[in-house]
Amino acid sequence: MTSRVMVGVLSLAMCAALGWAVQSLPVRPTGLTGASLAKLPESGVTNPVTAVLLNYRGYDTLLEVGVLLLAIVAVWSLRRGEWPASDLHDRPLLMSLLRVVLPVLVLAAGYLLWIGAFAPGGAFQGGALLGGAIVLVMLGGLARRVLAYDRLLRAGLVLGVIVFAAVCAVTMLLTGGLLQFPAGTGGTWIMVIESAALVSIGLTLGLLYFGGRPNGDRLDSEHRRPAHHA
Amino acid sequence: MMLQIFDGLLLLVIVVLAWRSLNDRDVFRAVISFIALGLLIAVAWVRLRAPDVALAEAAVGSGLTGALILSALVRMRRRERAATGTRREAPK
Amino acid sequence: MVIVSTPSTGDPHTMPDAGYRIYALAGVALFAIGFYSLLVQAHLLRRIMALNVMGSGVFLVYIALGAQTPGPIPDPVPHAMVLTGIVVSVCATGLALALVDRVQAAAGDAEPGEDA
Repeated sequence: MTSRVMVGVLSLAMCAALGWAVQSLPVRPTGLTGASLAKLPESGVTNPVTAVLLNYRGYDTLLEVGVLLLAIVAVWSLRRGEWPASDLHDRPLLMSLLRVVLPVLVLAAGYLLWIGAFAPGGAFQGGALLGGAIVLVMLGGLARRVLAYDRLLRAGLVLGVIVFAAVCAVTMLLTGGLLQFPAGTGGTWIMVIESAALVSIGLTLGLLYFGGRPNGDRLDSEHRRPAHHA
Repeated sequence: MMLQIFDGLLLLVIVVLAWRSLNDRDVFRAVISFIALGLLIAVAWVRLRAPDVALAEAAVGSGLTGALILSALVRMRRRERAATGTRREAPK
Repeated sequence: MVIVSTPSTGDPHTMPDAGYRIYALAGVALFAIGFYSLLVQAHLLRRIMALNVMGSGVFLVYIALGAQTPGPIPDPVPHAMVLTGIVVSVCATGLALALVDRVQAAAGDAEPGEDA
C-alpha cells in the first residue's frame, strides 16, 4: 500500500511542477499564427489547419499515414480478427438503420474531405467517419461480406502511402524540393493526397476494429494455447 | 461570465470522469466513462476554438478508441470464461 | 454556441486570456491522473486507457496554449499536431490491444490483467 502512496505523492509533485511550468508561460505568446496566415494565399487552401497539415508540414503527415499502415500491418501480424457473431436478418431494426446511416456517413465523409480546404474538415475527419461506417458494417454482421474483397481492401490500405510518396517524387522532379508544390498548384496536389489518404485512413481505422488479419493467410505461427491449470 | 462558469464545470467533470474511468472498480463502467470523457473533451476542443480537432476527437478519439477497448474487454472476458469455466468470478 | 470563427469576422465568444489557462491546468491534471493510474493499476486495459488519458491531457495543454494567441484565428500548428497525435494514439491503442490479446493467450488462463 505504501508504494501506492509514494506513486501518488510523486504524481502530485509532478502535477504541481508541470502546473507551475504552464503558469509561468507568457500570457500573449507569439506562436506561429502570423507566419501561417501570411503564406496562406499561396498554399492553395483557405483553412489554415489544412495548410499546416498538408503543405507546411506535409512531411509529418506523410509519416503519419505511414504510421497508420504500420499499425495495421502489425495488428495483422499479431492475431486473426474474430467475426462478430450477429446475423443481420434477425435484426430488422439494425438493418434499416444501416440502410439509412451508411450512405449518409459515406456522403458526410466525402463532404468533409471537400470542405476541408475552406472550413473545418479534411481527410482525417472524413476518414474517421468512414472508419465509423466500417465499424457499423461489422457490428451489423456484414464483416464477412466486406472482407471478401481482400485485394481491394489491401490496395485501399496502402493507397494513402503510395499516392503520398508518388506526389513526393513528382514534386521533387518538378521543383527540386521535397513536397514543394509548384506555384499555384498547391490546392490540386493537396486534394489528390487527401483523397487517397481518406480511403486509407477510413479502411485502416475500420480494420483496426476488426482486430486482426481476415483469414486464410499462410502466416500461421500462433502458439498452441497451454493447457489450463486444473 | 456564464461561459466561464461553463468552462469551470466542464473541466471539473472532465477531471472527475478521467479519475473515474481509470480507477473505477468495474472495468466495464470505466470504459463507458472513458467514452464519455472523450466526448466531453471534444466539447472542450470546441470551446478552445479547434473545430477540426473536435471533429477528429469525437469520431476517433472517443468513439473508435472506446469501441476498440470495449471489444477487447468482451474478448478478454469471453476467453477467460472459456478457459476456466464458471469457477472464477468476474474480475473487478 | 459559436462553433467556427470565419477569418473575416472576429469571434465574439473569445475567452479572456486567463480563461485558456484553466484548460491547460486541467490538461496537466489529466496527465497526472493518467500517470498515477498507469503505475498503480495492474489491469492491462486500464493501463491502455491511462495512456490515452495522458495523451488527452497533453493535447489539452497544447491546444489551450495555442488558443492564447491574440486575434480571431488561433494558432493552427498545435491543431495540426494534435490531429496527428489523435490518429497516432488510436493506432497505438489498436496495436496495444492486439498485444494484450497475445499476452492473455500466451499466459494461459491466468488473466494477465488481474488487479494486484
